[in-house]
Amino acid sequence: MESYANAFVVLLNFLIIPGLAYGSQLALGALGVTIIYSVLRFSNFAHGEAMSFGAMFTILTTWLFQSWGWHLGPLPTAIIALPVGCLVTVIFLLGTDKLVYQFYRKQKAAPVIYMIASVGVVFVMNGIIRFIIGPRDQSFADGARFIFTARDFKEWFGLSESLALRSTTVITIVTAIIVVAIVFWFLNKTRTGKSMRAYSDNEDLALLSGIDPDKVVRVAWIITAILATVAGTLYGLDKSYKPFTYLQLLLPIFAAAIVGGVGNPVGAIVGGLVIAFSEIAVTFAYTKVIAYTLPEFMHVDGLAQLLSTDYKFAVSFVILVVVLLIKPTGIMGGKTI
Amino acid sequence: MKKLLLALAATTMLTGSAFAGSHSPVKIGVILGFTGPIESITPAMGAAAELAMKEVSDSGKLLDGVKVESVRADSTCVDAAAATAAAERLITSDKVAAIMGADCSGVTGAILQNAARPNGIVMISPSATSPGLSDAEDDGLFFRTAPSDARQGEIVADILTGKGVKSIAITYTNNDYGKGLSDAIKANFEKAGGTVTIVAAHEDGKGDYSAEVGALAQAGGEVLVVAGYVDQGGKGVIQGALDTGAFDTFYLPDGMVGDSLAEAIGEGLNGSYGANPGTDSPGAASFQEMAKAADFDGTSSFAAESYDAAALIMLAMEAAGSTASADLKAKVMDVANAPGEKIFPGELAKALELIKAGTDIDYVGATAVELIGPGESAGNYREIEIKDGKLSVVGYR
Repeated sequence: MESYANAFVVLLNFLIIPGLAYGSQLALGALGVTIIYSVLRFSNFAHGEAMSFGAMFTILTTWLFQSWGWHLGPLPTAIIALPVGCLVTVIFLLGTDKLVYQFYRKQKAAPVIYMIASVGVVFVMNGIIRFIIGPRDQSFADGARFIFTARDFKEWFGLSESLALRSTTVITIVTAIIVVAIVFWFLNKTRTGKSMRAYSDNEDLALLSGIDPDKVVRVAWIITAILATVAGTLYGLDKSYKPFTYLQLLLPIFAAAIVGGVGNPVGAIVGGLVIAFSEIAVTFAYTKVIAYTLPEFMHVDGLAQLLSTDYKFAVSFVILVVVLLIKPTGIMGGKTI
Repeated sequence: MKKLLLALAATTMLTGSAFAGSHSPVKIGVILGFTGPIESITPAMGAAAELAMKEVSDSGKLLDGVKVESVRADSTCVDAAAATAAAERLITSDKVAAIMGADCSGVTGAILQNAARPNGIVMISPSATSPGLSDAEDDGLFFRTAPSDARQGEIVADILTGKGVKSIAITYTNNDYGKGLSDAIKANFEKAGGTVTIVAAHEDGKGDYSAEVGALAQAGGEVLVVAGYVDQGGKGVIQGALDTGAFDTFYLPDGMVGDSLAEAIGEGLNGSYGANPGTDSPGAASFQEMAKAADFDGTSSFAAESYDAAALIMLAMEAAGSTASADLKAKVMDVANAPGEKIFPGELAKALELIKAGTDIDYVGATAVELIGPGESAGNYREIEIKDGKLSVVGYR
């Protein structure tokens, strides 16, 4: 029995908990991408930078609060700085929309033009972020780092394997659940949310029934900015903040959005978790798990790894290709790109 | 108004031509990854190289008063095509006489083969350490003030076996540098009788390293060797390994030695150790003071090597009596190596005078440069240990 417990702890520590945290971060990112895609009908490549921008302002505010001596005890100060970061990002994204995308909307430009324009926005935001905070790593996490450490766990249970639980991991998962719940409630229950869905389903019909398109676009950007800031900050808290990583994060986020089904909010969550877990599970070395659970003659000397971690990124893209081939609308059925 | 403009234009043209008449400045390209995965250490590298150029310009002694200008270009560290285009621009449009760079091994090889060799331009890299560059075809144009990682592999194996470590796990950053270094470490450690449980790559700039940490943890080992970058994946892997309790001792090769790591990770890193290029020669200390006066961080990785690389180019120009790469390439080894009068940072003016007087010099510089074999630094390593959240030097090898 104890050996099964050990195997479970190994999986929990190295696979399930990290997967859930990474999955929630991807899901929040993918949700933002999906909302812009369903309302404005283009792939917003600047989403990674929006996350970075939001996180940056949250960090700056956190530092300010820290210098004032504000603390949340065991929780990171960044949580109270989050609303400020969200607000600045909302203003910034609405400004970008006014300056860039509105022009193309008036021209009724093709989605691909929006997409290329968003690549331009990426570079500008990239520059602004580096200008303000610099290219270096920034640390802003404070409060308790662990809920319990690997050593605590060993003392409590006396198992040979141990488990550590970081507070940022828990905060990430809990915040992601809360934010997603609010977004769903907003989209499904409120008048504005319903008008957004109507606009997304059929633009002409929505316009005919008196929905204000400008308002829908504005609300879409506001939600996206909030999602991006929350996702970016959580990511920065859980790992570390470095402007460069956010551009890299864009690929798994898009993979998550597409696998789940672009334009489908549930799909974004499912996609995020699928991508995160597949990256970790397929490249995981199962030696110890096998040693704990299977009879002796089946034990292996090697690592029992399906694929080397070198292929981590290949995994998510293989899944992406397979999904696009079999079900082009994604697992949960969204739109085709 | 029109007359005034005309007069103004005439004067500018006059001053322009007057300038060109006496001594037109010589340009040296500084091609480093100002954007990309090592963007946080390149500002100090560039500043160090430009510090050497300024020193020479201000002295007015290079070839009887030639000024040196720096032209920066972005190598991106990872994108070989972009780096080659940037180098091509430096050579053909800015007409640089030589190149200080590039930084990462992959782009350095690409620039050497696609831009420097076809145009016959000398390049001295301060930080490309891949063993593969030792036997690259270079027409005698390529040098480096950083040692090859083949040498570092021996050092790592020595230190680890010296501490009685029997089994290690290795993770490396997935590029020419990381691969070359991890191969060298694996070969040397196994030769010394140790076991390597797993060699797993990690990708830089990806933020999430749960999968890598998972695989490394399952393979086990007494020490985790992290052949990565201090502000990149290397840090992420160490953080993940500590958080999950997978490893508690780490070996830190050159790319991982930095104060920022100890600061960011905190007490978990205590007891870990490593080595990076470094020397206790007096040049290292005087370079730190110069860096402080010039307002950049001289301890930042490869800053000292960058100063030396730029200095060597200019000293070789004086020795060759020409700023052309074709002439100066034969002189680099001469000015860098013994015999001759030892030259430390801040003494470039003196070195130029000595060369002009026909005296042999031995450029020691900030990193005790001694070029061996195909023109690469022999390598002096500084062994460090982390105690109480701080790097402390325990010896030199």
